[in-house]
Amino acid sequence: MTTADTGAVTLTASAAPPTTGDPAPGTVFEDLETFDTFHPAPPRAGRLIRRLRSPLGIYTVPFVLLILWQVALWRGWLSPSVSASPIEVGRAAVHLWTVGSPSTLGEDLRVSLTRALTGLLVGGAIGAAAATAAGLSRLGEQLFNGPVQILATVPFLALLPVMIMWFGIGDASKIALISISAGIPIYVNLFNAIRGVDARLIEMATAAGASRWRLITRVLLPGALPGALVGFRFALAYSVLGLVVAEQINADSGIGFMIGQAQSYNRIDEMFLGLVVYAILGLSADQVVRVLERLLLTWRPPGKEAAT
Amino acid sequence: MSALTWTTGDPAADQATAIADDTESGTPPVRVRGVVRRFDGRAVLDGLDLDIAPSEFVILLGQSGSGKSTLLRLLGGLDLPDAGSVTVPRRRAIVFQADRLLPWQRVWRNVTIGLTGRDAKQTALKVLDEVGLADHADAWPRTLSGGEAQRVALARALVSDPRLVLLDEPFAALDALTRLRMHDLVRGLRAKHDAAMLLVTHDVDEAIVLADRIIVLRGGRIGAEFPVGLSVAERGHGAARDRLRAALLAELGLDLAGTTAH
Repeated sequence: MTTADTGAVTLTASAAPPTTGDPAPGTVFEDLETFDTFHPAPPRAGRLIRRLRSPLGIYTVPFVLLILWQVALWRGWLSPSVSASPIEVGRAAVHLWTVGSPSTLGEDLRVSLTRALTGLLVGGAIGAAAATAAGLSRLGEQLFNGPVQILATVPFLALLPVMIMWFGIGDASKIALISISAGIPIYVNLFNAIRGVDARLIEMATAAGASRWRLITRVLLPGALPGALVGFRFALAYSVLGLVVAEQINADSGIGFMIGQAQSYNRIDEMFLGLVVYAILGLSADQVVRVLERLLLTWRPPGKEAAT
Repeated sequence: MSALTWTTGDPAADQATAIADDTESGTPPVRVRGVVRRFDGRAVLDGLDLDIAPSEFVILLGQSGSGKSTLLRLLGGLDLPDAGSVTVPRRRAIVFQADRLLPWQRVWRNVTIGLTGRDAKQTALKVLDEVGLADHADAWPRTLSGGEAQRVALARALVSDPRLVLLDEPFAALDALTRLRMHDLVRGLRAKHDAAMLLVTHDVDEAIVLADRIIVLRGGRIGAEFPVGLSVAERGHGAARDRLRAALLAELGLDLAGTTAH
C-alpha cells in the first residue's frame, strides 16, 4: 500500500458501496481504509556519537575486558596464582625484550617467524603449483587430488612424530609440519576456485577466440584469485598453529619454547605473554590478507571483502 | 577465408552435400544442411537447412523451446549436431544474452580477450569508440549500466572483424528505451562492418526493425521465411509493417483478433 493520495481515493471508492447481506458492514472493508504512511528514516547517529560508542572499533570490548581483568587482580577478586595482570604481562614483555632469559623476546620472535614464513613459502608454493596443475588439467587432477584430499583428512598435528622421525628434531621437521599445514588449505581452496570459475565466462572466452594461454591468464587464474586468497588466509592461520605445536616439543628457541620455559619456572606472566604474542601474530596475518585483497581485488565492488 | 565444418552424420550423405555445394556460386558464410539435434531423445532441430548470404541480417523468431538458441549454439560451435552439417566462417563472434564481461578485467581488456598483436589496444579503443564508450575504456565492468555492458559485449564481438556475428537475445534484459538505442547502434555498426548477422529474439517488433529476412522456427525446421524489403521509415509504421507484424504473430500462434490459437 502506498502513501499516494490517488491510491487512497481509489481504495475508498471501491469500498464505497457495501453490498447488503454482508456480515457487519465495515468489517470487510476496514482493511482497505487503513493505510501505511512512510516517512524518511530518522537520521543515523552522527560520526562522533558512533565513534564514542566504540572508540576502538572491534577492539573496544577486548580493551574494556583488559581493564576489568586488571581491576579484578587489584581488588583481589582473582588470585595472582592463576593469572598475571595485564600490567605484569607488559613488564614481562619489556624485561624479556631487553634482558631475556636465555634468549631475548626479539630473538625468539625472529626464530619463530622464520620457521612460520619458510614453512608457509614452501607449503604454499607446492600447494599452489599442484592446485594450478590439478585445476587446469584432468591429468593433474588425477595425480594430486586424491592424495591431497586424503592427507587433508589427517589432523596435521598427528604428523609431528612422523616428521621428527623423518627430519630429525631440528628446524627441518618443524618447517615440514608447517608446510603441510599451510599447503593443504591453499591447495584445496585454489583448486576449487579454479574449477568454480563461471562456465559461461569460459565459454565466452573460447567463443571469442581466446587461446588456451589467454584463457588461463585472463579468465581462470584471475577468476580464482578471490578463492586463492581465502586459502592464503587459512594457510597463515594454520602455519601459526603448526608453529605452536612444533615449538612446544624439542625446541630450544622460539615463542613456543619461551612458553615452555615459562611453564617450567611457573612464570605466569611470561605464559600469558606468549599467548599475547600469538594473538598479535594472528591479527597481523589477518591484516596482511586484508591489504592483499584490497590491492589485488580492486575490481570487486567495495564492501565485498570476506568477513572476519 | 577459412571455414569450419562439423558433422557427426552419415559420411556418404556429407560427401553428397559437399559435392552439391561445390556447384553453387559464391560461398555463403553459413551453410546448414539437414541438422538434427536431440535432447533426451526429443529432436529440437530436425533436418534443418539454412543459408545466410554475405552481410545479410537474419532474425530468428520462434516460441520458447523452438530451438532458436540451440541453432545459434550450433552455428557458434558451442555445440555439435547429432546429424547433418554446419559450415560457418572461422572468423565469427557471439553476443550472448548476458554481457559475460570478465569483472576482473578493465573494459578494453575485455574487448581484446580474443585479440593478439601489439596494436590490440588501439583496435579495441577504435571499436569502443564506435559503440560510444571510448571514455569508459579503463573502467571496471561493474561500474557500467546494463546497456553500456552490452555495448562492450558488442565491441568485443566486432573487434576481430568477424564475417558472421551471432546474437542470442542480446537486448532482452534491457529496458525498452535502451533497446531502441541499441537497435540504432546495431544498424549503424552493420553499415560499417561487412558481416552477416543472425539475431535470435522473440520480440516481433525488434525483428521487423532490424531484419533483411525473418525466419520462424517450427517443428525443428524453418516454418516460414519473410524477406523484409522495407525502408527504415516503413519499418516504423505503415500498412506494410502492420501486415508483416500480423503475419509473424500468426506464425507464432498469436491471432491478431486477440484470441490465442495453437
